[in-house]
Amino acid sequence: MSLKKILATFLAAVMLAGCGSGGSSTGSTTTTTTGGSTGGDSSKGSVYFLNFKPELDETLQGLAKDYTSQTGVDVKVVTAASGTYSQTLTSEMDKSAKPTLFIIGNQAGVKEWKDYAMDLTGTAIANELSTDAYNLYDETGKLVSIGYCYECYGIIVNPDLIEKAGHSMDELKNFAGLKAVAEDIHARAAELGFDAFSSSDMDSSSSWRFTGHLPNLEYYYEERDAGGWTECPATLTGKYVPNYKNLYDLIINNSLTDPKDLATGGHDAENEFKTGKAAFFVNGSWEYAAVSETVPNARMIPYYCGVEGEEKAGLNCGTENCWAVNSKVSEADQKATIDFMVWLVSDANAAGKMVEQLGVLPYKNAPQSANGFLADAQKYTDNGCYVMDWATNYQPNVDEYRAGLVAALNQYNADQSDANWANVETAFVQGWANQYKAVNN
Amino acid sequence: MSKGKSAKAKNTGILKAEIQKYWWLFLLPVTAAFIIGFVWPFIQGIYLSFCQFKTTSDATFIGFSNYGRALSDPSFVHSFWYSALFAVTSLIFINIPAFAVAYALTQDIKFSNLYRTVFFMPNLIGGIVLGYIWSMIFDGILSHYNTSILLNSTYGFWGLIILICWQQIGYMMIIYIAGLQAIPGEMIEAADIDGANGWQRLFHVIIPNVMPSITICMFLSITNGFKLFDQNLALTGGQPFIMNPDGTTIKTTEMLALNIFNTFYNSNAASRGTAQAKAVLFFILVAAIGLIQLKFTRDKEVQQ
Repeated sequence: MSLKKILATFLAAVMLAGCGSGGSSTGSTTTTTTGGSTGGDSSKGSVYFLNFKPELDETLQGLAKDYTSQTGVDVKVVTAASGTYSQTLTSEMDKSAKPTLFIIGNQAGVKEWKDYAMDLTGTAIANELSTDAYNLYDETGKLVSIGYCYECYGIIVNPDLIEKAGHSMDELKNFAGLKAVAEDIHARAAELGFDAFSSSDMDSSSSWRFTGHLPNLEYYYEERDAGGWTECPATLTGKYVPNYKNLYDLIINNSLTDPKDLATGGHDAENEFKTGKAAFFVNGSWEYAAVSETVPNARMIPYYCGVEGEEKAGLNCGTENCWAVNSKVSEADQKATIDFMVWLVSDANAAGKMVEQLGVLPYKNAPQSANGFLADAQKYTDNGCYVMDWATNYQPNVDEYRAGLVAALNQYNADQSDANWANVETAFVQGWANQYKAVNN
Repeated sequence: MSKGKSAKAKNTGILKAEIQKYWWLFLLPVTAAFIIGFVWPFIQGIYLSFCQFKTTSDATFIGFSNYGRALSDPSFVHSFWYSALFAVTSLIFINIPAFAVAYALTQDIKFSNLYRTVFFMPNLIGGIVLGYIWSMIFDGILSHYNTSILLNSTYGFWGLIILICWQQIGYMMIIYIAGLQAIPGEMIEAADIDGANGWQRLFHVIIPNVMPSITICMFLSITNGFKLFDQNLALTGGQPFIMNPDGTTIKTTEMLALNIFNTFYNSNAASRGTAQAKAVLFFILVAAIGLIQLKFTRDKEVQQ
């Protein structure tokens, strides 16, 4: 064969291959379909789970296979790449094979996707729940999505380092105590060999800790003053922004990294904490597995920020992990999906693996949690402390709101002037009102 | 041999007839790919710009209100002017060095093939990766002066220009080299004999003869400038923002494509339609600018 012929054959083959694979998924997602079209029984319905947590993917793929071999029902699990859930969900919902099980994690999600979610009230999976605390309802009272795990966040502490610096965990009972310890450690960092706070980078892999989680202290206390929020308020009073500033200033000014170097990031806060270079790490319960490798006795304390009565504060507990069942798929698929969900939270083996990954499952027949930070959260609650719920889930037009806050905080980190803080406050309070308007007009 | 030859001639005759009958079959794959991959999405995109929708298969027709929203959005207007400024600046800063490098590398320099490869290589790196790498380079320098590319919109603008130049000069250089090599040697020789100096030779012989390359390079760099997305997202993401007292923000370094992307993933019920309307306006704009510019430079081309 001449070279030309070889090339022509090659091109034709490439084109055919291109046509044939046009429908398959792109590189940004991982997919496994178990059973296949011959193994499954279509009258049983099938399950298509669009998963939100990349760290759960491997477990789910294994469990999907187990479930298919036990019941013969097809289960397909697709995991959206980190940070692209909304994009992936939008395109998957367009296909004829829509996800039967997907995530609606907050009120904004309820607003966007409630038409695609069936009412879960009274379903088998709702009856398995051990608490109603993590469920999401729409304005008509429809149970749109139900929590399958919950998490907590706060300030992770290395008790060994606190003691090495000559302090005790008992001092960390309010903002004054936290401030005294952190400032003392920072002042003696060279002598001690470690610093108070790990780096608080403002790039997108880390900024959510300070624009999504830390602001919760402001929202929570405001929500408490208002007697609880049931939907996103149109405006904030900003009454507790000075408390946010208290803690934020403490974090950036008593840290391993100069606040001026935070804008583009590049520091590894988790590693700084794990290797004993920093005593405090602002993050959540999902870090337990990683952190406990080297700091097995790591503890988590609340966001102490100088609010009156905060000695009774607990951790920030809530979730963005709530399952919704698609209302636009066949009844057989809905039933198959709910059966699969029930199996995930009640089968001894499956629920055990889920708890291992997620830390906790708020269901009656699920095993107990082994996550130390969730245990801390429980301890605070047992001691009569108040849980700071995730008021942050109400953030209107969340990506844009947080982007505004990041930009303002970057200016402030570079130059901690009053004018720059005024901009942060504007982004915090006026930004909320503005994004609320942008969403609701 | 002779037997083979006659068989071949016969075959060609038969094949010719067959091909004439079935030409459409050979066109089918490419036409189908073009329709599926371009024409249909394009028409659907225009239709969706008149709709309110969450998923594209579930859209409600609402008429022109998306266009009203798009045009009354100050961030869209800002990003348009910003993109225009960027496109024009990058047009100059890409094409002059690209031509200079191409000219230098067609002058019998030692290792010129190696240089060509090296200059072309940045083009092979994806925009997102480039954006993050350059953000580290810029901040590595700017942090010595207690600032960052995210804090100053002037740095942001020139950062984007440097990045895009670094990426595209090599590509445009290849096009210019092809153009320069196509100039007949006799023409240059004739100019030399007529006593033209280096500059006269450049401006009166070489440049008029590479006008087709200049046209295509200018067209590419101006449309690339308007369409820039990945590098913008990864390098500045629109930062810094100007915070107005009423809480609205102006993303000072947000370009058109990023503005459309951000609008699309806004949580407002109408935001997807609005973004779609912006995208249609964006297409018309880029096409119009490209065509005007093409017409303008085509007039200056000479036929050899």
